Amino acid sequence: MATCKRLAIHEDLTIYHAMEHKQQLIGALEGAEVLELDLSQTAEIDTAGLQLLLLAKREAARRNIALSIIAHSPAIRQTLDFCNLAAFFGDPVVIAAHEQV
Amino acid sequence: MDELTSVFIQEGREQLQTMETGLLELEQNPDDRDNINGIFRAAHTIKGASGVIECGFIESFMHKVENVLDRLRNNEISVSADLTGLLLRCCDHLGLLMDVLENGSKEPEDEAKTNGNALQSELAAYTSNAGSPTPPGQVIEAESEVHASGGGVVDTDSWHISVRFGPDVLRGGMDPLSFLHFLASLGEIVALETIPDAIPSAAEMDPESCYLGFEIRLQTRSSKADIERVFDFCRDDCELHILPPNSKVSEYQKLIKELPEDDMRLGEILVRCGALTQTELEEGLLSQKQADQPVSPQNQDASPLQQPLGEILVDHKVVRKEVVDAAVSKQTQISEKKAVEARLIRVQADKLDQLIDLVGELVIAGASTNLLATRSRQSDLIESTSILTRLVENIRDSALQLRMVQIGETFNRFNRVVRDVSREIGKEIDLVITGAETELDKTVVEKIGDPLMHLVRNSMDHGIEAADIREEKGKPRRGRVELKAYHDSGSIVIEVIDDGGGLPRNKILAKAIDRGLVQPGQSLSDQEIINLIWEPGFSTAEQVTNLSGRGVGMDVVRRNIQSLRGNCEVSSTEGEGTTFTIRLPLTLAIIDGFLVGVGKSAYVIPLDMVIECIELKENTADRDFLNLRGEVLPFVRLREMFEMSGTRPPRENIVVVQYAGQKAGIVVDHLMGEFQTVIKPLSSIFRHLRGIGGSTILGSGEVALILDVHALIQRNADLGAREHNFSRPDTTDFNA
Repeated sequence: MATCKRLAIHEDLTIYHAMEHKQQLIGALEGAEVLELDLSQTAEIDTAGLQLLLLAKREAARRNIALSIIAHSPAIRQTLDFCNLAAFFGDPVVIAAHEQV
Repeated sequence: MDELTSVFIQEGREQLQTMETGLLELEQNPDDRDNINGIFRAAHTIKGASGVIECGFIESFMHKVENVLDRLRNNEISVSADLTGLLLRCCDHLGLLMDVLENGSKEPEDEAKTNGNALQSELAAYTSNAGSPTPPGQVIEAESEVHASGGGVVDTDSWHISVRFGPDVLRGGMDPLSFLHFLASLGEIVALETIPDAIPSAAEMDPESCYLGFEIRLQTRSSKADIERVFDFCRDDCELHILPPNSKVSEYQKLIKELPEDDMRLGEILVRCGALTQTELEEGLLSQKQADQPVSPQNQDASPLQQPLGEILVDHKVVRKEVVDAAVSKQTQISEKKAVEARLIRVQADKLDQLIDLVGELVIAGASTNLLATRSRQSDLIESTSILTRLVENIRDSALQLRMVQIGETFNRFNRVVRDVSREIGKEIDLVITGAETELDKTVVEKIGDPLMHLVRNSMDHGIEAADIREEKGKPRRGRVELKAYHDSGSIVIEVIDDGGGLPRNKILAKAIDRGLVQPGQSLSDQEIINLIWEPGFSTAEQVTNLSGRGVGMDVVRRNIQSLRGNCEVSSTEGEGTTFTIRLPLTLAIIDGFLVGVGKSAYVIPLDMVIECIELKENTADRDFLNLRGEVLPFVRLREMFEMSGTRPPRENIVVVQYAGQKAGIVVDHLMGEFQTVIKPLSSIFRHLRGIGGSTILGSGEVALILDVHALIQRNADLGAREHNFSRPDTTDFNA
């Protein structure tokens, strides 16, 4: 059975916590076969945070780990959309009805 | 409201003012290029800033305005009265939108929206009949049409922006994403690709370094300089390439070569974001391999950024030389402007108030120390405290100076008012401003606007005659309203002068009798008749116009001015014009006072008003006037006026004060000399108290009341008038 890990990030994915988050993310990859990221509580993301997600995704791909973001907060969704990265991560994105424009 | 928004509103209003002034000037000099550029810049700044604070309704509105200005700037449309009028109305609307933002509303009211939409459709009329848009498909051969900023609407092609952020951008506190969001405010981002290739392996990656790059297709009417400016903050720290719309394929090839990523990968990215077609890419890369093989290493050695991008582009005839020159000079202008701004510091008003408050306390404490030193009779101590006192005085003066602003800005607002009103009422009126550099306290400046507005409108509406009538009377056709400010012995005087018909005495008198303000048959001097216009509910306009005569009378003007411890007067010569004179204290905070005593209490009289002090002779004991070198000097006895107990001392003194040309005496027990005072306003429960202007604290810790000389004189005059059986309505009963 695949070792499935789940990591929820509650703090903002910003430069202020970048160091911790990097360790957290890379650490979570250790020994996992499937890693699920729950970003539903992440209120903010900046370039540093985005970079880390990209790094994690790439690193996961290198190690043959399936990394997926299972829940997006609105901020994460908007940023990924803006940067045209939704396809890169390839995760299903749930858009709440009331947010649809 | 967050800080950013309030800064935006403040600066936005300044820009708006610049725009409005510029537009008014444009009406006079339609060919002034600098001016048009200035207006454009102001509009552009507002738009950009509104994007930063994510205020969509202002941004989209300003976008439309900017489009029209841009065409104006490029000589595609010409200046006309209709256009400036429309743009001025747009300024008004923008002011309204800023109010909406300031009030914290999400969206403007429906009425404002309708208004905005109407303006936008009017604006659209100026953009729609544009010259035919640059036809697509001429990309390669039509070099002269390559640069499209400001040209016809480019629908099919976009700017290509390629940016690689340097590793230290994040540490510098900047967030590249926010630059991109800002970029989106310039126009529409058609496509955007994130380039994460530079991120090293997990072990080496420093989460605080930035490794990202972006390829962006942007559709905008903004100029290249505008786009570059988005990245101003991180200019030294990022690699930025901007290709104008319709760039040649070879330019993209060059770009591909200069960027750090693998050529093939980059080519794909460009294809993905729509800059190139697959065929173009393949052909390009092929030809590059063949032709550039020997050249390319050399190219890589020479850092691509050594040669300014502009020059590269000019070399390749992508951008016309003059466009680059214009962009460069614009950038220089901007940096010069920044240098000017750097000499100004924005300080929050309450911090300044706090400082002045403290200086006030310092003045009081200084006075107390001085008193003690004098009592101690130690000459060293007296000397050192006197130096201290002088320094405190200097500090006080400089602190007060901080609050002083020039009245010019307030005056300049009236250019617009006069323009609009004179059109509305069909009179030709010029506004003349003198003494715009006169400085006065900021609070006064803020509050003087409304009364002035009323007076100016009155002058235009009632004062200045229609052009035909003026010609008949032998006056120049164009009427003239003058705003004038100057300093006069401790107060500032503002005059509103018109060369109109003057105040019609007969009409005023008739009206006053009609209203029961004056008894028929009562004889009044000319000046007394004119002064009747200050009475509540008095308006001589025979027809109620849109401008004045709305029931808000001159009495409200006067009350507003009085609340600033000022007063106003009117003088008028029939047929020649009217002058309103407003007299205001220079500052509301600290005055030089003259300390007097009655019984055990101390009072302060503003020193500017004191002319002389004389001894009260015994024989005048029961009268309330005396003969001062042949003049009648009415006086008040403070002891009686304030109903104080105790007996009069054997020798009383009179302080002779003058205010606005009137002299009066104030009888006090003893004189205590000059004294610097910080005015502490009385609490609002005392606002109906007449004769007291405020309070202050003496060095000894006692409280002294500051006399409101004007009110005292007035009261004295009123009492006299009543005794002479003049009927005067009680002004305090009037409700606005």
